Amino acid sequence: MAIKKFAVACYDDEEVLFPAVKKVRNSGYKLHDVYTPFPVHGLDGALGLKETDLHVAGFIYGITGTSTAVGFMSWIFCSDWPINFGGKPHWSLPAFIPITFELTVLFAAVGMVLTFCYLNQIMPGVKKHVFHPRQTDDLFVVALEINDHTNEEEVINFLKSTNAVETSIQVAESEWWFGRWDKKEPYELA
Amino acid sequence: MTERFEVPARLRNTSLALIAVGVLVLIIGGVTMLGGHDHHDKTRFWLVLLQNSVFFLLLTVASVFIQAAASLAQGGWIVAYKRVPEAIGANVWVFGVIAGAILIFIATAFDVDGHNTIYHWVHPHGDKILEGKSAFLNKEMFIGFTVVAIALWSFFGRKFRALSIAQESAPKNSTKIYWTVFKWSAAFLLVYALTQMSTIPWLWIMSIDAHWYSTMFSWYTFASAFVSGMSVIMLFVVYLKNQGNLEIVTKEHVHDLGKFMFAFSVFWTYVWFAQYMLIWYSNIPEETTYFKMRQHGPYSLIWYSVFIINFIMPILILMARPSKRNYFTVSFMAVVIIFGHWLDFFIMTMPGPLGGHWVLSWYELGIFAGFAGLLIFTVSNTLSKASLVPANHPLLKEAMIHQS
Repeated sequence: MAIKKFAVACYDDEEVLFPAVKKVRNSGYKLHDVYTPFPVHGLDGALGLKETDLHVAGFIYGITGTSTAVGFMSWIFCSDWPINFGGKPHWSLPAFIPITFELTVLFAAVGMVLTFCYLNQIMPGVKKHVFHPRQTDDLFVVALEINDHTNEEEVINFLKSTNAVETSIQVAESEWWFGRWDKKEPYELA
Repeated sequence: MTERFEVPARLRNTSLALIAVGVLVLIIGGVTMLGGHDHHDKTRFWLVLLQNSVFFLLLTVASVFIQAAASLAQGGWIVAYKRVPEAIGANVWVFGVIAGAILIFIATAFDVDGHNTIYHWVHPHGDKILEGKSAFLNKEMFIGFTVVAIALWSFFGRKFRALSIAQESAPKNSTKIYWTVFKWSAAFLLVYALTQMSTIPWLWIMSIDAHWYSTMFSWYTFASAFVSGMSVIMLFVVYLKNQGNLEIVTKEHVHDLGKFMFAFSVFWTYVWFAQYMLIWYSNIPEETTYFKMRQHGPYSLIWYSVFIINFIMPILILMARPSKRNYFTVSFMAVVIIFGHWLDFFIMTMPGPLGGHWVLSWYELGIFAGFAGLLIFTVSNTLSKASLVPANHPLLKEAMIHQS
C-alpha cells in the first residue's frame, strides 16, 4: 500500500498514443502504466515491457501436476489399496497417463490463471484506483508517477504538448486493495 | 518485389550424390537380395522401397495440406515462405509415380515361392478373416485407390502452385485468384480426408498386418507425415535464409513453424498412445499381437527410440521460446524429427512380413538417402523457377509484419 502522486494524460486515438508514449519514455519522467479500452498491438513493445515469466510458472505448475498425479495414483494402487484389475500389474503406467495428463493441464491452467491475476492485480472483490472512468470505454490513459519535487505545471504542459485531450494530477493508491466497488476510496482525490 | 533463387552448385551436387548413393544401393541390393535364395531378403528389398516411397510421398502431400489449410483459414503468416510448400507440393507427382509403381508392383506381381509375403491379403483363400475383408481389401480396390489418390494429390499440388504464380501477373489488388484458391483448398481438404486421413494408410500400410486393424491408424500416419512435412519445410526455409534469400521471413515465421513442429509432435504422441492404450486395456489377443512384436519382441529397441526421438526430444528441446527462434535448434530438431518418423514408418511396415529378421543397415539408409536427394533436387529446381516472394498476394503485407 503506497499512496503516490500521478500526472495523468488521456488520449482519444491510438495513433496519438504511440508517439506520446515514445515522447514520455524519452522525457525521463517515470511511466507508471498505460490503460487502454482494448488490447493494443505493439504497445508492449513501445512501452519496453520485458517478456513475461508466466510460462515458466506454467511449466512448474504442470510438472507439479504430473508428479502429484503419478505419485498419488502409485501410492493408492500399489500400497494403500491394491486391487487386481483384469490381471494387470498394480503399477500400470499406461492406465495412469490420461489422469496424469488431465492433472498436468488442470494444475498448469488454474495456477497460471491465478498467477496472471496476481501479476495484473486483478481478482474478484479487489479494488484498484481508476485514473479515468472512460479508460475502459474510449480513452487511452497514460499515468506518470511524480513526487512533491516535480514541477506540476511543467508536467501538465509537457503532456498537453503530446496532444493529450485531458490532463490531471491525482494522488492515489498505486497498488490493489481489498474492498467493494461501491465503497469510497480510502483517500480524497486531489 | 521479386526474389530469385539460383540453385547453388554445392546443393545440386550434394543432392545428385545422394541420388547416386540411392541408385547404387538399389542396384547392389537388387543383385544381392533378389538374386539370392533367402526369401527374407526378397521381402526386405521391396519392403524398404515401400516404406521409403510411401513416407516421402505422404510427407510431400502434407505440404499441399498445409497450403490448403492455411488458405481456408486465411492465415497470413504462411504467405512469407509460401513458395516452399508450393514447390514441395508441385513435386508430389515425382514421388507419387515412384510410390505408385512400387505399391502396384507389390500388390500384383510380387511373389516369393507362390506367396505374397508383404500383402498376404492378395491370396485370401481359406483365411476366414481375410475373406471377410476381401470386399475392400482386394487388388482392384487397391489399384483404384492408389491411382486416384496419387493423381488427385499431384493435380492439386501443381494446381496450387500454378494459381499462386498466376497471382503475380494478375491486376494489382485483385482478389479473384485468392478466392479461386480458397475454393480449390476446400475441395482438396475433402480429397485429403478421404485418402490420406482414412483409406490410403489402411490399404498401403495397415494391410501389411492384414489380420489386425486399428481405427486410429490413419490419424496416426497423418500425424507422422504432417510433422515430418513441416520439418522439411522448416529445413528449406532455414536453408534459403542462410543463402541470403527469403528476406521477408523473420524469426517470427520460424518461431511459428517451430510451434507446428512442437505441437504436432505432441499430437503424434497423443494418437500413438491412444492407439496403444485402448489395445493394452482391452487386452484382446488378436489386437495385442501387433504390439507384442513391436514393444516386447525384436523391435523393442526401435519402439522405445521412436518414443524418445519423437516425443521426449521435441517436448524438452522445442518447448522454450528461445529454442524455437534459434535457427540451429530448429533445423537440428527438424532433422531429428524426420529421422524419427522415418523410424516410425519402419516399425509400421517391417514387423509383419519380416518378423525378427529385420535389418537396419546400408540398404535401408541408402534408399533413404536416395529419396532425400531426390526431394532436395526436385524441390530446389522448382524453387528456382519462380520468384520466392509471392508478389501481389493480398496477405503479403500481413505476412511481412507478422508477429508470432
